Amino acid sequence: MAEPGTLKTTPLNALHRSLGAKMVPFAGYDMPVQYPMGIMAEHLHTRAQAGLFDVSHMGQVRIAGKDAAKQLETLVPGDYQALGLNRTKYSVLLDDKAGILDDLMATNRGDHLFVVVNASNKDADVARMRERLKGVGIEYLEDRALMALQGPAAKAVMAKLSPGSTDMVFLSIRDLKIAGIDCIATRSGYTGEDGWEISVAARDAEALARALLTEPQVKPIGLGARDSLRLEAGLCLHGNDIGPDTTPIEADLAWTVNKRRREQGGFPGHAVVMKQLKECVARKRVGIKPEDKAPARGHTPIADMSGAVIGEITSGGFGPTVGGPVAMGYVATAHAAAGTSVQTIVRGTPRPAKVATLPFVQHNYHRG
Amino acid sequence: MRFSKDHEWVRVEGGVATVGITTYAQEQLGDVVFVELPAVGKKVKAGEEAAVVESVKAASEVYAPISGEVTEVNSALADTPALVNEDAEGKGWFMKLKLADAKELDALMDAAAYKTYTEGLH
Repeated sequence: MAEPGTLKTTPLNALHRSLGAKMVPFAGYDMPVQYPMGIMAEHLHTRAQAGLFDVSHMGQVRIAGKDAAKQLETLVPGDYQALGLNRTKYSVLLDDKAGILDDLMATNRGDHLFVVVNASNKDADVARMRERLKGVGIEYLEDRALMALQGPAAKAVMAKLSPGSTDMVFLSIRDLKIAGIDCIATRSGYTGEDGWEISVAARDAEALARALLTEPQVKPIGLGARDSLRLEAGLCLHGNDIGPDTTPIEADLAWTVNKRRREQGGFPGHAVVMKQLKECVARKRVGIKPEDKAPARGHTPIADMSGAVIGEITSGGFGPTVGGPVAMGYVATAHAAAGTSVQTIVRGTPRPAKVATLPFVQHNYHRG
Repeated sequence: MRFSKDHEWVRVEGGVATVGITTYAQEQLGDVVFVELPAVGKKVKAGEEAAVVESVKAASEVYAPISGEVTEVNSALADTPALVNEDAEGKGWFMKLKLADAKELDALMDAAAYKTYTEGLH
């Protein structure tokens, strides 16, 4: 473990500590893994009410210039030229073998793209953008915090603190004043719930977080519940479920490559993606539902009913809303149909499980 | 009651040792969602892995604080693993062992020494 002195901190560090958070090193940052309420209660509270997450460790990047969308498309398979003004789209940064270097959310802001990338990859991502993108300005937004307000009560909280904001639809952005503070907020998140991700000047971050936490429905939520929430929602964690050794087709993210990009290409790994779309892949990312109570965690082998290993869990644990263990992983395509019986080999013991349709908990997005 | 550095407790009554994890350990783990217990009849050695306790976040090994043969496991934990959080040093016990060597208990801490030990971990 790194010494605390070598870890970076977010603008909300002092607030986390004052709230009694248990802090852990994560992606080079000193981050709250849980608050005194505990992961289970934090998870359930987010699904029932609303949770506030500090995600300021993630990278916020501005790609400016009239060719920003066209340029970004040289790195990702997403169709950003067709993206409407103030709309957000998920995509993946690919290498030449269609390996996933990172995943991101990019929003069309008219004169620039606003991009959010993962903390552990942000330096490499920005370096890649600076090296590969031509005729655009790339600015890493060092002085901004990012927080997520998630859960069914997020709407009521925003209606109060930012009147007029609740007609925003899922995957759109708007400049908002929240509790009088200038913010840029997208209606999105990483929990499967309705909510907003809010970018705010670092100097205003604590005041905004305190204003949100003053609302009785809102509790602070740590990285522990963030992980169990996204797992139940079937959302990938880069470094676990997707990475340089998995392609978007294997990862069941073929929907991120639309018709035009399939036809026209122009992104790294296009040939691999087309080959895999045509010929079908050897393995696929699927949900895995253990049928007893033992969690099957990352790197647990998955076997068929004869005991032959057919894959591996990439993320797994206990799903508080499901009330039992949930997991996802890769299995040989012949075993990838929902309902297929498999076994997870947990500490040497085969345990019954079934391939499951993701998500485990239905998404509750505000699609308008 | 005696305590190990790995945060297990032992209570000996008539040659039978009841073993569990400490209140301090369950606080560190958070909500316990699954406990994997050894088979009755298994012989465990002091310091060896004897059980696994899983929280929402992670799986942690539980080491046998003393050597012995497993004579009983707490079957209530299968349906109610939260007993470990509610009453770690009582109803949340893990297993009973027929003591192999009572002298091993001398290597473990008493309550006061364990308290000092955990205070030094912060």
